[in-house]
Formats: sequence, C-alpha cells, structure tokens
Amino acid sequence: MSNFKLKTMKTIKLLAVFFISSLTVLSCSSDDDHDDDHDHEEELITTVVYTLTNNADNTDVVILTFTDLDGEGGADGVYDVSGPFTANATYTGAMKLWNATETPAEDITIEVKAEDDEHEFFYTNTAGLTITKTDVDGGGNPVGIDTTVDTGAAGTGTLTVILKHEPTKPNDGTATGAGGSTDIEVTFNVTVA
Amino acid sequence: MKNIFLILFILISSFSYSQKCNGIFIGEITDFHNKKPLENATIKLIGTNKVTISDHKGKFTFEDLCHGTYNVEVSHLSCETKVFVLEINGNIYKAISLEHHLEALNEVVVTANSKIEKTSIQQSVSKEVIENFSDKSLGDALNTISGVSSLNTGNTIVKPMIHGLHSSRLLIVNNNVRLFDQEWGDEHAPNIDINSGGRIDVIKGANTLMYGSDAIGGLILIRPENYAVKDSLFGKSALSLNTNGWGGNINSELVRTFKNGFYTRAQASYKVFGDFEAPDYNLSNTGVKSINASARVGYKSFEKGFDAYYSFVDNTLGILRAAHIGNVGDLVRAIESKEPDYIDEFSHHIDNPKQAIFHHLAKIEAYKRFKGLGKLTLQYDFQINRRKEFDRRRGELRNRPAIDLRLFTTSLQPNLRIDAFDNLKLNTGFLLRYQQNDAISGTGARQLIPDYEKYDFGVYATGVYSLNLFSELSAGLRYDFSRIDANKRYRITDWDDVYNYDELFPEFNIGIDDLEYITNPKFSFHNISAGLGYVRHYSNDFELLINYGLASRMPNPSELFSDGLHHGAARIEIGRLNMKKEVANKLMVSLERNHQGFGFAISPYYKYISDFIQLIPIDATTTIRGAFVEWEYIQVDAQIFGVDIDVDKKITNNLGYNGSLSLLKGDNLSDDIPLIHMPSTNFSNELTYKNKDLNQLSIGLKQETVLQQNRFPDYNFFTFDPVLQDDVYVDISSTPPAYTLFNFSSSMNFNAFKTGNIKVEFNIENLFNVSYRENLNRLRYFADEVGRNFNVKLKFNY
Repeated sequence: MSNFKLKTMKTIKLLAVFFISSLTVLSCSSDDDHDDDHDHEEELITTVVYTLTNNADNTDVVILTFTDLDGEGGADGVYDVSGPFTANATYTGAMKLWNATETPAEDITIEVKAEDDEHEFFYTNTAGLTITKTDVDGGGNPVGIDTTVDTGAAGTGTLTVILKHEPTKPNDGTATGAGGSTDIEVTFNVTVA
Repeated sequence: MKNIFLILFILISSFSYSQKCNGIFIGEITDFHNKKPLENATIKLIGTNKVTISDHKGKFTFEDLCHGTYNVEVSHLSCETKVFVLEINGNIYKAISLEHHLEALNEVVVTANSKIEKTSIQQSVSKEVIENFSDKSLGDALNTISGVSSLNTGNTIVKPMIHGLHSSRLLIVNNNVRLFDQEWGDEHAPNIDINSGGRIDVIKGANTLMYGSDAIGGLILIRPENYAVKDSLFGKSALSLNTNGWGGNINSELVRTFKNGFYTRAQASYKVFGDFEAPDYNLSNTGVKSINASARVGYKSFEKGFDAYYSFVDNTLGILRAAHIGNVGDLVRAIESKEPDYIDEFSHHIDNPKQAIFHHLAKIEAYKRFKGLGKLTLQYDFQINRRKEFDRRRGELRNRPAIDLRLFTTSLQPNLRIDAFDNLKLNTGFLLRYQQNDAISGTGARQLIPDYEKYDFGVYATGVYSLNLFSELSAGLRYDFSRIDANKRYRITDWDDVYNYDELFPEFNIGIDDLEYITNPKFSFHNISAGLGYVRHYSNDFELLINYGLASRMPNPSELFSDGLHHGAARIEIGRLNMKKEVANKLMVSLERNHQGFGFAISPYYKYISDFIQLIPIDATTTIRGAFVEWEYIQVDAQIFGVDIDVDKKITNNLGYNGSLSLLKGDNLSDDIPLIHMPSTNFSNELTYKNKDLNQLSIGLKQETVLQQNRFPDYNFFTFDPVLQDDVYVDISSTPPAYTLFNFSSSMNFNAFKTGNIKVEFNIENLFNVSYRENLNRLRYFADEVGRNFNVKLKFNY
C-alpha cells in the first residue's frame, strides 16, 4: 500500500514537473519584440499613372493620374488629367502603379506583371474611346498593362480603370464577368478635342 | 398566458387547500459539508408503505399524508442513515442534511442540474450533448439552448449570442478562467475545444458578478467534470465521421484517480474537414483543422486541495474564397449573383483567406476550508492568444498574415466563500488582471487593433439568504476599475478633421511621423454592477425565479481603436476614442418546472441598455479600390425584450417530446428603428424514442425553424458604378427568408471488453438538403449554408 502511495506520489510529481516546464517553455516561445514597432501599408497602391502617347505625334501625351497617399480612409484621393485627347488619333497606353509611401516609391506594376496570370486590367469609357489590351500573360490571356487607344469624334466622358486580382481567366472581357476582387477602380473625366 | 394563470392558480390553491389526509411533506436533502443536493437518497415513512427517492436536486415530495406523527428514515449510499420524528399537520417543508464521512466519500455528486446559485436563471448543456457536438464548435452546441443563437462567419466560425448580444457582452469562463481571445471581433469565435469541458452552463440572469461586471448578455461557464475519490483508471475515445466536408474528429481522454484524493486527466482531440458543401455547390475553402489538448492534475479533499489545468487550442479556419472581395461593386455583384463567384473542386487544402489561431490557457487553483468560516480559494491564470488572419494578397505578402495579434492576459483571483451561517452564504473576493496586446510587426498592413496595456481591478461580494423554507434571496455588488494605455498612429486628416480628436484629445498626441500622428490614448473606467435574485419553490417541482441585474461594460479595444479594412465585407471599420461605457439594466423572470413527466421553463426578459455600442454602416467612402462601406461604432439607447420557452414532456415510457421557442425584439430607441443583427423568432420540436431494453436504442427527429427577420434597420444605399455608368442599389440590410431544417439522430449501446461499452450513432443533419441562408451569418451575401450531412459516431468508454 505504502509502496503504491510512493509510486503515485512520484507520478504526480513527475506530472507536475512536466506541466510546469511545459508552461515555461510555452510562455517563453515569444517570437516578437515589444518595441513600438510600426507597420506601414506595403500592399498599398497609392498612385495610378496611365500615360498615353499619340502614335503620330510623340509630344501629344495625355497623363491620367490618381493619387491617394494615405490609402483607404483618411484624405480623399486626387484626380489629375493633363489635357485633352486629340480626336481620331491612336495612342499607346502604359499603365504604372506605385506605392509612394515607400522610399523610394515601389513600382507595383512589376508585381502585377510577375503575377500577370492572376491580374487583369479592364477599361471602360463613355468618351468614344476604343481601348485594346496589347499584352498577354503566359496563358495567352490579356493583361492590360499595355494598351492601344483609338479616339473618335470630339466629346467628353469618363474613363474607368479597374484592376482585378484573381479574376477568371479567360473571361468575357468585362470586369463584372471576370469576378475576382477589385484592387483598383478609378474613374477619370476625359475630353476628346 | 391564460395557462400560466391557471398553473399559478392551481399552485396557490394546492397550498391553501388542506384536509385531514391532505398533508404534503416536501423535503430537500443536501450534503452536510458542501450543501450539494443528494440525489437518489431513499426516504421512508416507517410503518407506512410510503417510500420515495430524492431527485437530482435532492428534493422529494409525499402527498396525501394523514395528519399525525411519523418516523422518517433517510438513507443514502455513502451516508449514515438518519431517522427522525416528524409531525404532519398540514403542509411541511424540511431541509435534511446527511453527513458524508470523509473516508467514505466515494463520489462528490455533481448533479446534472446543480446551479451556480439557486436563484440563477440558467440552462445547461450536458456532457451527452457536448459529445454529440464533438466535431462542431462551442457556438453550435450552445445553439441548442433557447435564447442562445450565434453570429457566424461561414459555418466554422461560430460566435455565441445570448438574447442577441455577443462579443464583449458575453463572459465565457473556461475552467473558472475568463477567456480573453480578442473576443471583440464579429468574426472571432471563442477558442475552446468543446471536448475539453464536462458541462456547459448558460446563465441568462443576473448571477454573474463573481466573474465580471460586464455580462450584459450573460455568462457561459465551461466546467470540468468532478471525479470520485477512489482508485480508478478510465477513459473514452470518440470518432466522428461526416460526409459533408469529408472529415471528422477524434477525441480521447484518460482519467486516473486515486483513493488519496489525487486525480489527473489528459485529453486530446484532432479535427479535420475539407470544403463543406451547400446543396447546389461546393463552398470552396471552408475547411477546418484543429488540434487541441488539455491536461489536468489535482488533489481534493474536504479541507484542502488544488487543481492545475492547461489547455491548448490550435485552429486553422478556412474562409469562403468567394467572400474575399474588393469593393462595393464586387459586393453588389455577389448579392445579385445568388451563387458564389468562385467555386472549385472539393479539397482538404485550406488556402487564403484563413484564420490561424493559437490559444494557451493555464491556471492553478488551491483551496482550504476553515472551520466555522468557509472556503478560501486562490487562483492564478494566464492566457496567450495569437491570431493570424491571412488575406489574398499580392507578391511576397501572399504568405504573410494581414492581421497578426498576440494577446497576453494574466490574473490573480482570491475568493472567500463563507458558509458558516445557516441561512446565509457569502462569497467575496477580488481580481487583479494585466493584459497586453501586441500588434506584431511584419504584416505589411495597417494595424487594425493597436498595441495596448490594460490593468483591471475588481472587488465583489455576493450573498444568498434563505428567507424561509421555500424561498431564497440573493444579492451582489461589484466594483471594477480598468485602465487602458494604447499606442496608435492616426492619419493626420482623420485625427484633425474627420474625428476632431485634435480638440477632444490633444493630450494624447505625442508626435508626428510623415502623414501620421503618433498618439498614446489612455482611459480609465469605473464600473459598478449589481445583481438581485429571488427564488420561490412550490409543490410539484414548480419554481419561480426573478432576477435583476445592473451591468456596465467599458468599450473594448475594437470599439475604441478599430481602424481598417475588412475584405470579407468590403467594409472599413472605425472605432471612436470618445466611446462611453455601456450600462444595462436587465430583468428576467422564469417560471420553471423540473419534472420527469412534464417540465418546462417560461422565461420572459427585458433589457434596457444605455449607450449600447453597435457597429453599423454609416457611409460609403471612395478609395483607390472604388467604393467601400464605412462601418462605425455608434452609441444608442436600446432595449431588448423577449421570452424563451422550453418544454419537455414524457409521452409514454419510451417516447419523449422537447420543444423550445425564442421570441425577441430589439429596438434602437435613439433612432426609433430596430436594432441590427437581432435573432429572429425560432422554434424547434423534437421527438425521441428510447428503449433501454434494446441496447439503449434512441431514435430522434428534430425540426428547427427560423423565421425571417422582418424587423431590421434599413442601411441600404446607392453607389455609382462607373462600368454601368449608373447608380446601383446596395442591399446589405434585407434579410433572407424563413427556413426549416430536419435532423435525424439514432444511437445504440453495446457492451464491450470487460467493463467498457461502445456507443454507435448515426445522424443526418439537414435531412432534406434544404438550401437556405441565415441572417446572422456574415457570409450570407455570398453563399448558401451547408447542406445535408451523414454522420457516424463511435464512442468507446473503458
């Protein structure tokens, strides 16, 4: 009987030691410091720059810029359109995305290009423009970083740029049909003169 | 209502009506030492043929007794038999206590219905029900209780709600430790392995002061099992397999007890599910993986003892892939499409978005009884909660969590229970708690919840007084002091212009860094809470309970500091520094009958909550991603009232009926509109056939109906869709239609080995494969709920 008791006491002690040591190990398994560490938005896209150059006249450049340096929330973003398009002309478009909160500003376009099978730009407008995507991903589906824009008659309207993350590819060519989640959706007021 | 009066009338008349052979003798048998009710004690009136046994509450009743003197013999398995003389002259109630000899204390009986206090309005989930939910979550098991519902994110993230209140308004206490696991978020479910507990109590009424001042919704107590003091080794293992999600759960526990009072228990469970399936499609990326373990070691005797407990929970929860959206336009398309945007083949793989959560909980408790005073308990505990939320991100951020928080909580709680007085029991103690939240760097995303430190001090006293043989009164008072000290960065425009904090809280601003202010908000809160309870016993096992509670809650870190984007709902959630504390007055009455043949509980309640903090959509804001809905924490005065009804009826010896009904109405009194996210009317009916002679065969069919919530605030709005060049209607408020589900259950027991047995279960959930959506599921815009599931469970007891 006493033998048994001794044995059980030993077991209990062993268990207690195991228990306490496991707690000690766990409580020390901290993988972080306690500094006033601060994360900035690395994923952020602060700036959209759509540069369109007239194929017939490389001094005719229209630059559409959207800037929202503090990201979602905070101050509102700012639109800037450098000037009007020339009517009945063909422009070559280049899309650039930046995260300007980093120093130097990070070119997000590189990331998009590297994962072009998971991204696609969609362009819609009410200004009589015909926008054609001229680049393709590894699967032969359009990406939309490079574009050709044919202008029509003079007029005004809007131009919307949408970047979809993980859309269905191939898709019906519309942002709605492609699904996925929207990373960018900006609308510029444009003039064709 | 008519019936209640009828019942009351019969009750009252049964007391006043007495004739020569109409004496009633009601008794209650308790353990002399701990006042716990003794079940199955035999009570004999010597010289007559009248014999009865006490029920699970230690109560018994003799009726139709002729006036005269009787010798009463009371015996119980582990007690000395007691004989006493009783004179019957009308109706009599007698409290009888039996002496357990410490050496003969084979088992401390914790009966299925023992309440935390007798005046408490509460309901319990038994070990048996817990085992039925072994591969589900705590919230699913609690959902079986009337008045308890859940706020879900998909079907694996289930957040319990009592009377429409959730998050910080519910105290979840696991093994006497209040759970702190970033419970403030709508999509943060409690991190508890349901298999680790012995029973779960839901306290809807006011007897919650020992655990905190802020139980505005109620208290959920997960309690361990009690073991007999004897040499024994036993255990059980359970395996559950399911067709929906092609997964299941395995749970094993082993208990070793010793005659000298020592005991130890080890338990572990592993759960894995792949994508769940709605009737019409696969719910891609909704799988779950969960590894849990708990260990317990302790010693108990009447005079002193200790209990050490440690539990570990590791959950990986997939979130419906289609619910990851970019902006309001995506949300509108999801609402309109009726089917998820992303449907893939079935897989056990859990991709992003997902949550990965660790939770460690450890406590040590020791007690000593002092003669003529009571029981002094000292408890120390700590918890670490690490929450990582992974989003669908670009490039190298892909495998980094978008949210990474670590919450450390530790507390010390001495408690003194004074039970030396005959009619009065007092319980008093204090609490010291320290909490630290660390928003871990490296997420590459703005912090949703900042770093903070929080200190709590609480002191409380509660008392239960026996007014007379039939009624008890309880009262309690608690004071809490809390201080929170946070470090957070605010955008300059937000601080100065949007929230006007530059005028309200200039003292918090301690620096500037580029476009942000570095701030150090500090707040102190004083909370007073109180509770009053009354219970009156009537004959035939009727009981009337009345509870009043005053509860105050300081705003939680999310309500104060939240500031960021939730992809799951295309929303930006904003907390406010100028939040005041929430104060609730609650009244609940319950008429109950605990009887094997026909039992019921009718529990109406009313809650008035001033400065009720609710998260509501207030505006749409335009970002580089397009439009987002801004959800802000707003304070309003609110009332919530309703009634919970439970009925159980033994139809024949083999056939039983269970029914429940919950009615609830929540009003935002400040704006004179309904409150958001209130559970709608729901009811259930269940028929169970049991045959003890046929391997304890049990067959059950349960119907559950949830009606459409027609009372909801209309926060719908229009947003401009640049693709369509038109305003589109964003219907985020309308509620899904009513639905009815049927569940089938069956089980049998077989003897196996020498002393063990095997229980085999076969169950079908959502028998008719109904497609439905639930208003209280945050993903209801994106997909249907889970369809039919076949389940097989094997349980071994050894």
